[in-house]
Amino acid sequence: MTFVFSLILLVLFIFIFLTLSNMIFGQLLGDFSGLVKAAGNRSVMGAIFLSLYAGFLATLLALLLGAPTGYILARFDFPGKRLVESIIDVPVVVPHTVAGIALLTVFGSRGLIGGPLEAYIQFRDALPGIVVAMLFVSLPYLANSAREGFKSVDPRLENAARSLGAPLWKAFFFVTLPLSARHLLIGAVMTWARAISEFGAVVIIAYYPMIGPTLIYDRFLSYGLSASRPIAVLLILVTLSIFLVIRVISAGWSIYDRD
Amino acid sequence: MIEIESLSRKWKNFALDELSLKVESGEYFVILGPTGAGKTLLLELIAGFHVPDSGRVLVDGKEVTNLPPEKHNLAFVYQNYSLFPHMSVKKNIEFGMRMKKIRDPKRVLDTARDLKITHLLDRNPLTLSGGEQQRVALARALVTDPKILLLDEPLSALDPRTQENARELLSFLHKKNKLTVLHITHDQTEARIMADRIAVIMDGKLMQVGTPEEIFEKPVEGQVASFVGFENVLKGRVVSADQGFLRIKTGEVVIDASGDMEAGDQVYAFLRPENIALSKTSTQSSIRNSLQGRVTEIWVLGALVRVKVDCGVPLNVLITRQSAEEMEISPGIQVYAQFKASSVHVLR
Repeated sequence: MTFVFSLILLVLFIFIFLTLSNMIFGQLLGDFSGLVKAAGNRSVMGAIFLSLYAGFLATLLALLLGAPTGYILARFDFPGKRLVESIIDVPVVVPHTVAGIALLTVFGSRGLIGGPLEAYIQFRDALPGIVVAMLFVSLPYLANSAREGFKSVDPRLENAARSLGAPLWKAFFFVTLPLSARHLLIGAVMTWARAISEFGAVVIIAYYPMIGPTLIYDRFLSYGLSASRPIAVLLILVTLSIFLVIRVISAGWSIYDRD
Repeated sequence: MIEIESLSRKWKNFALDELSLKVESGEYFVILGPTGAGKTLLLELIAGFHVPDSGRVLVDGKEVTNLPPEKHNLAFVYQNYSLFPHMSVKKNIEFGMRMKKIRDPKRVLDTARDLKITHLLDRNPLTLSGGEQQRVALARALVTDPKILLLDEPLSALDPRTQENARELLSFLHKKNKLTVLHITHDQTEARIMADRIAVIMDGKLMQVGTPEEIFEKPVEGQVASFVGFENVLKGRVVSADQGFLRIKTGEVVIDASGDMEAGDQVYAFLRPENIALSKTSTQSSIRNSLQGRVTEIWVLGALVRVKVDCGVPLNVLITRQSAEEMEISPGIQVYAQFKASSVHVLR
């Protein structure tokens, strides 16, 4: 059985590696000048930076919303808890263009939230629109990871801290949070990755300003594969580099895990 | 002093039921009960980790029932010690001082010295042995100088040798710091050795409170008697009672006992297995009860042998392995099970 499973693992690895490496090495070896040209293009780098920046903002918001949500779900039982958990997971299963339409009806200029706030904040075709679209599709990753992280911390550690004089918030910040930091970091990285890769929801609420995936799509429709591939490779290389750095930094955090 | 008044709390399929208890200042009080009796829940209610459904908790005369745990002013040590794995031993000990804004580095060192853990201060708790972890947990709990210490099964995770040292350490700390200690355990030996007084809890109910002698020699309930080692429970009826001397018919036999029952009373006679002797002949002696029977089963338990004898009523007997070998005890042989009338504890 181990042999068969190992073969399946190999097939999976080849499937992912072949798809990405074919594009990356095809660009690097076949048209390196096209990559350099794309890297020097302001609108390309601006779109990639906007992807990273909007993804970062969405991740920050996801941390602010997802960590307390995860804590409540990990520590307390209440009527309707399963329903709440299911609703939090809904953005993962909804087609992202559908999510974009739904967000537009809420955050558009005549939407439930976008309407009253229109004088103060613009969502349609603006950075806030990109951030809410990214937040909507990626929030479940953080909430679920945070919930698992907090669950992995023995509640008796919090109790011990409280018996030593710590109010609940201090027990949370000095004991629970450091011990679940690795889960939160993994959740944040997953959230950010999901946010950066989002296209369907963003393109409906904010085609402009263009993020990386929107620009790739736009160039593909207008000029074909040769114009869109260098941007795609550039986006992959930048995000892969950042993820690698985060992974190296977070490797040492495992000592904070309970076991 | 800790006072618990009619404390009730439902927890999943379990409930603590109208529990009242008073632990005097400076007392070493043990709550004894089998696993699942509600001991830890009671301790956590006293510490404020849960709010009771009804009833009150008072610490030194002040009601703390609805106050958060940090306002209860109690030190709490869990069975698994719950040391913070992301902090060094020193940081663990300092935690309570930081929370209570006590700036006195000397106190950490003094406490560490008292508990003989100065050499461990820079270590990570995960690298310590069970005994060392316990000392660190006690240091962390005691460094802020609390007057009341709550201990949740503090010895159960230790090997027998370390348990002995830990018992001595707890007694030392109790006396030195003039602590009121509330210690919960399922271990009868531990309770008997450590306690000034014991409360027995079973199925969320308080069964009996008393000195170790009262609990272990004069249990007031059948359940308590069984739990504290009266393994032989014989249901019967008093056939005669004369100035405290009872004759009880149980099954096909009549046994002698003492008690304040009357003829005709339905009773239970409780008998410890170690209080029954086996003999191959019915010797003449002051022992009132000598029941003839047949050995049905034997189990060797190290230096002791547990023997099951059918005397018309089943009896569990505990004798030494040497006696069993000398008497050539084996299933099927005829023996006399002998026990004093004063060894029989009778309850209605």
